[in-house]
Amino acid sequence: MANVFTRVGDWVNERAPGLMPMYRKHMTEYYAPKNFNLWYYFGSLALVVLINQIVTGIFLTMNYKTSAAEAFNSVEYIMRDVEWGWLIRYMHSTGASLFFVVVFLHMFRGLMYGSYQKPRELVWLLGMLIFLVLMAEAFMGYVLPWGNMSFWGAKVIISLFGTIPVIGGSLVEWIMGDYLPADATLNRFFALHVIALPIVLLLLVVLHLAALHEVGSNNPDGVDTKHGPKGNRWDPKAPADGIPFHPYYTVKDLAGVGFFLIIAAFIIFFAPTFGGWFLEHDNFIPANNLVTPTHIKPSWYFTPFYAILRMIPSFFGTAFWGVLGMFGAIALLFLLPWIDAGKVRSIRYRGTGFKVALMAFAVSFIGLAMVGAGVIGELALDWFPADATAAENTFGRVMTFIYFGYFVFLWFYTRGGREKTKPVPERVVFDHD
Amino acid sequence: MANEVVDHGRRRFLTATTAVVGGVGVVTAVVPFIKSWEPSARAKSAGAPVTVDISKIEEGQRVTYPWRGLPVFVVNRSKAQLDALPSQDSRLVDAKSDAGSADQQPKYAQNETRSIKPEWLVLVGLCTHLGCVPDFVPVMKPEPFDPDWKGGFYCPCHKSRYDMAGRVYQGVPAPKNLLVPPYHFVDDTHIQVGVDPKEAG
Amino acid sequence: MTKRLFPMKKIFVSFALTVGLIAGVTSVAAAEEGGMPSAGTNIRDTASLQRGAKLFFNYCVGCHSLKYVRYSRMAEDLGLSEDEVMKNLNFTGAKFGDPVISHMPEDSAQQFFGKAPPDLSLEVRAKEQGPDWVFAYLNSFYVDPTRPVGWNNTVFPNASMPFPLWELQGIQTAVKKEGSDDVEKLELSQPGKLTPAQYQQATRDLTNFLEYASEPAALQRQRYGIWVLLFLAGFTFLAYLLKKEYWKDVH
Repeated sequence: MANVFTRVGDWVNERAPGLMPMYRKHMTEYYAPKNFNLWYYFGSLALVVLINQIVTGIFLTMNYKTSAAEAFNSVEYIMRDVEWGWLIRYMHSTGASLFFVVVFLHMFRGLMYGSYQKPRELVWLLGMLIFLVLMAEAFMGYVLPWGNMSFWGAKVIISLFGTIPVIGGSLVEWIMGDYLPADATLNRFFALHVIALPIVLLLLVVLHLAALHEVGSNNPDGVDTKHGPKGNRWDPKAPADGIPFHPYYTVKDLAGVGFFLIIAAFIIFFAPTFGGWFLEHDNFIPANNLVTPTHIKPSWYFTPFYAILRMIPSFFGTAFWGVLGMFGAIALLFLLPWIDAGKVRSIRYRGTGFKVALMAFAVSFIGLAMVGAGVIGELALDWFPADATAAENTFGRVMTFIYFGYFVFLWFYTRGGREKTKPVPERVVFDHD
Repeated sequence: MANEVVDHGRRRFLTATTAVVGGVGVVTAVVPFIKSWEPSARAKSAGAPVTVDISKIEEGQRVTYPWRGLPVFVVNRSKAQLDALPSQDSRLVDAKSDAGSADQQPKYAQNETRSIKPEWLVLVGLCTHLGCVPDFVPVMKPEPFDPDWKGGFYCPCHKSRYDMAGRVYQGVPAPKNLLVPPYHFVDDTHIQVGVDPKEAG
Repeated sequence: MTKRLFPMKKIFVSFALTVGLIAGVTSVAAAEEGGMPSAGTNIRDTASLQRGAKLFFNYCVGCHSLKYVRYSRMAEDLGLSEDEVMKNLNFTGAKFGDPVISHMPEDSAQQFFGKAPPDLSLEVRAKEQGPDWVFAYLNSFYVDPTRPVGWNNTVFPNASMPFPLWELQGIQTAVKKEGSDDVEKLELSQPGKLTPAQYQQATRDLTNFLEYASEPAALQRQRYGIWVLLFLAGFTFLAYLLKKEYWKDVH
């Protein structure tokens, strides 16, 4: 048996001599810093979710009907008449939400440990592009079941483009291919959701990883292991603090994947709607172009950006500023490598100002999410019944101010020697546990 | 550092166990995806047994009913047509339906007339060659394709011929007799296609 | 050694706290908002589902369909035979594999009630309060001569639905607040065939059946879910041991 494998391996190597070096470069001889902590699981988890979305997505298309008249029925057909269709559907819908959980944590890791800083700007930019495409992918996927939230979500989000001066109105009609979200909209969103965007997403993921493996992984200490001392037990020329990705991080990530799957399975089998956060109640009502759901709000993963949109008032007779703010909130993340001129990467050795600012930023993000989801609005009704809207707006605007303030603060704080950093050790901190 | 003693046995054991357990998990996870290709509840419902009223079918007449999307022929054979059946035996591939066509009918229809009641012939009207629907040519008169025609089915696709019991003639492309589906008589004027008499109780 | 800003334990604790906080806030918000008593349904209670189905097919199917529910699937999940379903529940002459479609034509329904009675396949899932809403709704009808059908409802004011269960519950009348049109509470002015406790149980069964109808797969996923979790826990433990073993190399 072993002989057969060796011979097949030799046969392939002879004809594709580049394969084994490629495997070594990315797996057995990719030396990752040995001090990865919990935050470093989310990259590989994102990959697991991506594969899940592709496989379950392919199987959903086998029974889904792309037409405004049949889409809703076909989803219930999958949920009831197709054998195990409910599992495939719940895996896909839960996966969509978990994708964002994982990606948000993955991005926050980057913020904490300065993973976007030189020389990893390209890795960060490609990652941000993935995030952008992922949002488009999620939005279009959300429209496909053609429930009432699908319909009105599509209507509201597409209407954002209507605020763009001059071309707005005709742009909205062009996107929908009709005067309201309709059959044409559903069909083009389907095409983009199942073919166009996944291809782009896969390409970007490959580039993201390729770019990472060129410069090497960052680590919780922000120590530049590639240019530090050399020599480890596997290779005298490799970084002293590096360990081969395979087998050490493959087995570590495997355990992480197992733990993650327990959480995912719990949701899929016991709380697939997650209390209305992953699958909304109003989306179990077929699309109705005459009745807007009472609690119209976007999926939870869009709520922080949606809140910014709502919190910026319209002035000079246009609502474009809110849209600008919403897209600006994402654009600023793209620019982070150039906004942050800090001398050290990891939060462990950065100045107190940075630590406070990053915490405030995280709080503002969660705060905005709660505004966008309407949680703050409900609390405001209880606590400030006299003027709940004003209370909600005040809270939301403070959060918006902090969100944008983070970038402004970072710009000034990291320039002119204002940030008092701690010395970064030469070697990574690694306590054996 | 490198002189550490590695317990290779334990390492191999854990690797193998994790791989096997993980493999079992992956295979189990694949099962629902494979199962999702089986006929859905809707397809099963559409393919449910059909009960048809045969009281209006006149002697010598054929009526086609859909069952599981397939054309099911119900023929009310005349005495003359039934009497002509034995005369064809020598020209058929499997006159007794016990050789190559043994599985082409339920046991209770494995007889000379290939039916429960002699006059009532029930067949899936799909040629056993490549699945075309044969024409019903009931009249006993010389035909261009057979000067000695005693009535039966003629497939326009590749000229396969069957007699009035759906038995295939020699020298045609079709290898087997036409399929008799499971069916039973609910009462004198109704048959149910898709359920054996035994199952119906 | 430098003190870590985010040691593992702290992360876990804060993660647990965050989840707990969010869960707490949402549940408090939900409780305050709805203020509805729990329906106390349990879709694994097959006897209750059977009683609920009986009520549905005696009192509701005249107007409401369950177009995504097939008689055959329902029979299987409720532990009923084909004969029992076809004789006792299916009064429309539909085939066993057919979905439950009301025999009321949509246009005449439109005429009688001003709007077609909704399909109830997803009624429980479509409501934020789920079964609690349906349960409360079924217990909140009262006589209101100002309404076209003579009935009104405190949970769904001005609903256009008549109250077919009145012979079971009896007739409730509204006690209005002083000098206002707001309903303060409902009083049973004429008892029905069932005692109030029996009626509550009957509507609980009916709600339970509708909850089942809104997601028949819930029975399956809860049955399989526990095994999936156990398997994954075992796998994760093995993978953890494997990681430990390999990481002995790393110092």
